[in-house]
Amino acid sequence: MSGSVALEVRGLAVRYGVITALQEVSFRIPQGDIVTLIGCNGAGKTTTLRAVSGLLKPSAGSIQFEGSSIAGLPPHELVRRGMAHVPEGRMVFANLSVLENLHMGAYLQRDKAKIREMLEFVYTTFPRLREREKQLAGTLSGGEQQMLAIGRALMSRPRFLMLDEPSLGIAPLLVKTIFEKIVEINRTQGITVLLVEQNANLALEVSRHGYVIETGRVILEGASPVLRQDPQVRAAYLGG
Amino acid sequence: MNEFLQQLLNGLALGAIYALIALGYTMVYGVLRFINFAHSDVFMVGAFAAYYISNGLARWLPPESIPGAVIIMLLAMAVCAVLGVVVEKLAYRPLRDRSKLNVLITAIGVSLFLEYSGQLLFGADPKTFRLLPSRNVELGGLVLNSNQLIVFGLTLVLLLALRHIVMKTRIGTAMRAVSFNHQAAALMGINIDSVISFTFALGSALAAAAGILYAMNYPAIEPLMGVMPGLKAFVAAVLGGIGNIPGAAMGGVLLGMVESFVRGSRYSTYADAIAFAILILILLFRPAGLLGKSVVEKV
Ligand SMILES: Nc1ncnc2c1ncn2[C@@H]1O[C@H](COP(=O)(O)OP(=O)(O)O)[C@@H](O)[C@H]1O
Ligand SMILES: [Mg+2]
Repeated sequence: MSGSVALEVRGLAVRYGVITALQEVSFRIPQGDIVTLIGCNGAGKTTTLRAVSGLLKPSAGSIQFEGSSIAGLPPHELVRRGMAHVPEGRMVFANLSVLENLHMGAYLQRDKAKIREMLEFVYTTFPRLREREKQLAGTLSGGEQQMLAIGRALMSRPRFLMLDEPSLGIAPLLVKTIFEKIVEINRTQGITVLLVEQNANLALEVSRHGYVIETGRVILEGASPVLRQDPQVRAAYLGG
Repeated sequence: MNEFLQQLLNGLALGAIYALIALGYTMVYGVLRFINFAHSDVFMVGAFAAYYISNGLARWLPPESIPGAVIIMLLAMAVCAVLGVVVEKLAYRPLRDRSKLNVLITAIGVSLFLEYSGQLLFGADPKTFRLLPSRNVELGGLVLNSNQLIVFGLTLVLLLALRHIVMKTRIGTAMRAVSFNHQAAALMGINIDSVISFTFALGSALAAAAGILYAMNYPAIEPLMGVMPGLKAFVAAVLGGIGNIPGAAMGGVLLGMVESFVRGSRYSTYADAIAFAILILILLFRPAGLLGKSVVEKV
């Protein structure tokens, strides 16, 4: 499995005005893996993802995607290059139907047959979305909106998928389903996954490697099973 | 009874023109959350563009004919579409991340710039606008002007076309996505700048059509002709719920009707004041407008 690197971030720093949100974030994600970034609220996880997908301009550091530097590229260019980002809070287009949301996910795909094929894959993965096809996304439950947000990201046929707290504000039963689907998507489609979570337990269970981020720095990293046994991680993130 | 129907028809024609202008205000508000005060001057430029194009092409086009009018109108709409895109790119885009107040003040500046450039280039004196011969058609005691009929027909066509673009096409869906959330739209691979340019082009082309229709019915055109219709169309957009496309069309028609009935009554001198009084009343009771949803404004 060891081979090329999907994403490599080195010395990433991001500021919001005078506030320094990230000061020294470095990590590496091998092609085909599930890697997780865990940390408390306000640690800098969302900021990291937003810098990678081009929504924020870093003040220092380098970001390499599949071997080429992507710092400063606009988000739509990164989507074209095979990156997808499911943002925190889902951000489904509440004023659009489920189907329209999915079509927006395939915005850059002009081949109608390929769009239909992807749509079928998303509907097979999340049958609930097919049932709700015509409904406005704003009327879906939190869990269904998360499925839609993931399905919408898959519509662009990404090779690299970033998920920002997919478990946030969702019924426990649906969280389980969604995590199973994330693993399934990784296995069957070979999509590399970067999973950001506050729910460290779950994240370390499905991932292969993990990074712990605290006040804008990576303070610890390791294979996920090892991190789960780490006393520091257990005390801070796994409830003892 | 006939008097009533006559005012209704006049009001509908005026309202259709307000509706076409109001759509531009509301669509731009949808994607950028600010009022493009220069929009009323794009309306004026539309009328002048048609005036100069029709003079310039007089040798090639059959005079005062429908095919000629269609060509002139399409060209004037294209001129204004380009103007709208250029204004956005030069004046508003550099301020995209600044406070909305900065952009609003800039829009007022652009408006004044277009008005006074108009006076410089076109002259301040009114010009007579004539695109098609005007005939009166009698219909069961009602007098219908042929130019009014054109207003009805063309507005209907433009509204249906707009509805199709916004609801059924890829770029129209992207416009709605951008209206909801820029960042989420960008993460879909949508180029936000192109969608905003497209929105300005669409709104400005409709304003040009409105300017031409207005000039066909009130045939003296001058560089400040956009001010009052623009202000009323803005009222119409707020009335319908700013950001809401069917709301803008409805608000325009409503405002045109009210204005027409007030003008036909003994309070005619208050016609404009009453339009604004309506705005204040509606906003007191329905702050989000008639079709708007109350949402807390994001800052
Ligand atoms: N838009 C913003 N403006 C100013 N500070 C922000 C903004 N977004 C996040 N921050 C700050 O940046 C830090 C990291 O936040 P974030 O990346 O959202 O953390 P996480 O996703 O790990 O909860 C926090 O201290 C937060 O207060
Ligand atoms: Mg976060």
